[in-house]
Amino acid sequence: MIFHPGVLALVTGSVIVLVMTLFSVILALRIIIGWDITKSTARQLILERQTYLVAVIMKYVMGFQILSLFLFIYTADDIHQLFVGAMCATGSLNANPIGWPVLFTKIVIFFLCCLWLAINHIDELAEDYPLVRFKYKYLAAITPVIALETYWQLDYFLGLRANVITSCCSSLFSDEGVTVASSLASVPVDTAMYIFYITAAIEIALLSALLLKKTASPRLRYISGVSSFIFFIVSIMSIIAFVSIYYYETPVHHCPFDILQRQYMFIGYPLYGSLFGGVVFGLAAAVTEPFRKIASIRPAIDHIQRRWTKISIVLIIVFIIIATWPVIFSNFKAYDGVLKPPTGGTGVKGDYPPSSLIFYCCVKEKSCVS
Amino acid sequence: MKGHGRIIEYALSTLARRKFKNFSVAAVFSVLIAVLSSILFLMHAYKTETLKLLDNSPEIILQNMSGGRHELIPTEYIGTLSGIAGVGQITPRYWGYYYDSLTSANYTLMAFDETMRDVKPIDGRMPAADGECAVGRGVADLRQVGIKDDIFLTLGTEQNVNLKIVGTFTANSAILTNDLVVLTKADLIKFFNMPADKATDITIEVNNPAEVSMVARKIRRTFPDSRPILKNELLRTYDNIFNWRGGIVLIMFFGAIAAFMIFVWDKATGINAEERQEIGILKAIGWETSDVLQLKFWEGVVVSLSSFLTGLILAYMHVFYFHAQFLAPVLKGWSVLFPKFEPMPYIDIYQIFVLFFLTVVPYVAACVVPSWKAAISDPDSVMR
Repeated sequence: MIFHPGVLALVTGSVIVLVMTLFSVILALRIIIGWDITKSTARQLILERQTYLVAVIMKYVMGFQILSLFLFIYTADDIHQLFVGAMCATGSLNANPIGWPVLFTKIVIFFLCCLWLAINHIDELAEDYPLVRFKYKYLAAITPVIALETYWQLDYFLGLRANVITSCCSSLFSDEGVTVASSLASVPVDTAMYIFYITAAIEIALLSALLLKKTASPRLRYISGVSSFIFFIVSIMSIIAFVSIYYYETPVHHCPFDILQRQYMFIGYPLYGSLFGGVVFGLAAAVTEPFRKIASIRPAIDHIQRRWTKISIVLIIVFIIIATWPVIFSNFKAYDGVLKPPTGGTGVKGDYPPSSLIFYCCVKEKSCVS
Repeated sequence: MKGHGRIIEYALSTLARRKFKNFSVAAVFSVLIAVLSSILFLMHAYKTETLKLLDNSPEIILQNMSGGRHELIPTEYIGTLSGIAGVGQITPRYWGYYYDSLTSANYTLMAFDETMRDVKPIDGRMPAADGECAVGRGVADLRQVGIKDDIFLTLGTEQNVNLKIVGTFTANSAILTNDLVVLTKADLIKFFNMPADKATDITIEVNNPAEVSMVARKIRRTFPDSRPILKNELLRTYDNIFNWRGGIVLIMFFGAIAAFMIFVWDKATGINAEERQEIGILKAIGWETSDVLQLKFWEGVVVSLSSFLTGLILAYMHVFYFHAQFLAPVLKGWSVLFPKFEPMPYIDIYQIFVLFFLTVVPYVAACVVPSWKAAISDPDSVMR
């Protein structure tokens, strides 16, 4: 266990969030069981009031989850110093096998919470609370995920062992050769760029097609939802494969976390912010499609889906611009399998694995012949 | 957005109307935040300062071990060490600790060698001949001596030296040199009665940083009784120690955070008839439950933000202007000759983030249910 203030803050925050979620789930279950909008009993009135409490709690939970995602990455980055061979958050996450699952769960929870809020928002627009049962069942379903995340996160931090000096001899020699891998495998730059720009074009085309007619066909909406999801995965892979190396201007540095740091002008925040935002709004517009069957909220859904689609398009375009910016304007050039060092030097032709250190040395020495 | 603006305006006026109650919450909250952020600021300052110092330390320090204890190391090792590929400059170091019974303090005595040329700034100069020495600020102050004065160190009738002070280290390097006495190698060997063929430890430079652990492994294989200490390990260990100390002190304040949550809960639950009536009137004139909840949310934002900023400013002043007088002994460790240390003012977003999680999240959690209870109150029942 590492008694790092960031670790303590994360664990405390997660426990509080979990307690708040459990509390709202208990209320939610009561609402699911006792809900009957046609009655005007005191019990129904109490339940209606409790829906406000659940909504407020979930809004806070949601806010904390977003912040905790960033705090987690930040903390992982801050503690990398403690592990042999770790150079940034990637190394810290590799230091304990549960590290990456924690990060992925946090991202999944982020999306699940956002979609819950979207559904809740639509429900609040209607007079007769048509989605009450659905949204509380959904809430009950994501609670185990939040509990799992809290547990895994604790497990991750408890399982971390800092490589410090021990009294007998240096720890380095006691577990000889066990060091942390600090890089991520990635796809070749040019392939990644083709895939990224094609996916982006499809995603924007689909989203724009939704706006053409006043009410888009349900099938198109579902397809655009799937495409938003695929776009998210492709984008994260592209950030690792080429956006990162253009921002770092180093052919071997693929870390998706360092761009959040000061030396890269915190560009990671607008980058990830616009990506996550764009995808969330794209998904929300698709996920709410089935509720169109309910007459009382159809007009509201029509209006809101259009708005969310527009926001999604804007954010995704912003994301593409931020991701493309260094590709066009940085000194660093890496395309067609020809990788060139930032300032002058010989371009090296050949099929080097991007994370190969040998290649890096070649670039530095400017003397490597392929 | 305009609606939010109006609600904030109204929230500010309600807060102002109940000055005492809100002020007491904000004051307690500010103090709590000030304490927690002092811990974080100070720990960060210590960490950066120590890590910066270690930057100049050699890649490998080689110690000799005997019976699991640190022993003097034979200087003949140097010949074998220089045969290892990749090894740069090798320097034997002569140093030791001396307990001065006059001032009840521990001094670090160190023999002058070429690698210490960089240890600056000093008044005067480094010792050049036997019988000369340079002392740290702390030693000079404690013994009330200065340049050209004599300083007498003794370990018994045989082992004693009378040294002329030819230089003092200034306060800038206090964390390194405060308890330091630098003398010539001959004087030090005579004073500590060290065998001529032994040194305290050996520092080894490695030309290529990537080869450090390989070199260390070879050394360990060649001299199984030795302990190579790597600079990276020192860095990691110090990092961990400061994290640990800060973390432990933070944990001690978890009780305070819990107490604060209960306090907030209590204050927020105990709304009086007047407040209840106010909410009743709001609802009667058309506010909805969600509007009242929004009002409560903005009230919480105002209280927590202003306390957060006040707390940060208090902590900043405490740590960077008053040298963290309340906390330093816990986080720093203690010693008679501890250097006066002026932390470099520095705040980063990460610390703010951590503080936010440790303080605002519990505050919000404690406020949610009470503010909902207030928001759902029935207009007709409270106005009656």
